[in-house]
Amino acid sequence: MNIRKNVYRSFSIRTLLLISGFTLYFVLNEPQTAHAMHIMEGFLPLGWAIFWWAVFVPFFASGLRSLRTITKEAPELKIMLGLAAAFTFVLSALKIPSVTGSSSHPTGTGLGAVMFGPLPMSVLGSIVLLFQALLLAHGGLTTLGANAFSMAIAGPIVGYSVYRWLAKTTGKQKLAIFTAAALADLSTYVVTSFQLALAFPAEHGGVMASFVKFGSIFAITQIPLAISEGLLTILIWNWMQAYSPEELSVLQRRMKGVE
Amino acid sequence: MRTRTKNLLLLAGVVILAAFPLLLVNGDFGGADDAAAKAIDTLDPSYKRWFLPLVQPPAETESMLFALQAAIGAGFIGYAIGWFKGRRSRRENP
Repeated sequence: MNIRKNVYRSFSIRTLLLISGFTLYFVLNEPQTAHAMHIMEGFLPLGWAIFWWAVFVPFFASGLRSLRTITKEAPELKIMLGLAAAFTFVLSALKIPSVTGSSSHPTGTGLGAVMFGPLPMSVLGSIVLLFQALLLAHGGLTTLGANAFSMAIAGPIVGYSVYRWLAKTTGKQKLAIFTAAALADLSTYVVTSFQLALAFPAEHGGVMASFVKFGSIFAITQIPLAISEGLLTILIWNWMQAYSPEELSVLQRRMKGVE
Repeated sequence: MRTRTKNLLLLAGVVILAAFPLLLVNGDFGGADDAAAKAIDTLDPSYKRWFLPLVQPPAETESMLFALQAAIGAGFIGYAIGWFKGRRSRRENP
């Protein structure tokens, strides 16, 4: 029995060594540019990087507070928070080809913004960004403040406002959700373009000229993806209405958003 | 229209939106970031990247990690679907 245990142990240690060796080999081998759709690591001047971090941190803190309040007051909503986070995970992993001949990915933040308001998304969205910055060389740590501001703060705020306004004026919930998700996605990249334009104003035409330039790279690519994101958000919403009407009505009472 | 038909139409819309550029646009479909990096270079040729990513996975590993990210998300969504469905069936036939 003991002998067998030892054999097992030495075998598992060998395997572990082998795996870590390979991992190290892959990490050190041939760095190449990754395809990111956020601002890449090191591509924001230090001052701007610090500025966006400073803007991001307070939002993140109040996001944490609102998450704590939600889980304390309505623990049955935890699974819905998980869904909002999972949806963002899936959607921002999908690199979809677009009309400009380059690819980008949706954000998936609209759903959570419609369900919980914009604040919790500042945390859920930045978790995804951190994952991508650390493991995928996608986005970056120095640019995390700026990227989180565009994807996890500005996008959800736009989405939530659009949703509230459309739901009130038209009374068509599905239309409101579709538009909210699509605009949360699109505004994320408009903000990204603006952040880059502020950091790199053109010699002729200044910030505006740069904004047009970056906007044509990011925002135009994003238009069909924003429509896709709207459709996918409706899809998951239909499904939630079918299976979890209780949670949605709890959300409705809490948020006064879901009409 | 039944909900299922509607959902299938929604999915078809997403697929068409993604396939359409591949079929009709000539491009290498690289990430929008590389284009942005080139734009920065023309706007401010003196700008140097001052910080590099800590980990630069090779292309295959990167696609694996992206798949992992999608799998984590999709796995949880699947778990939630099962959880809600189970709850509903318990209520209907206790």
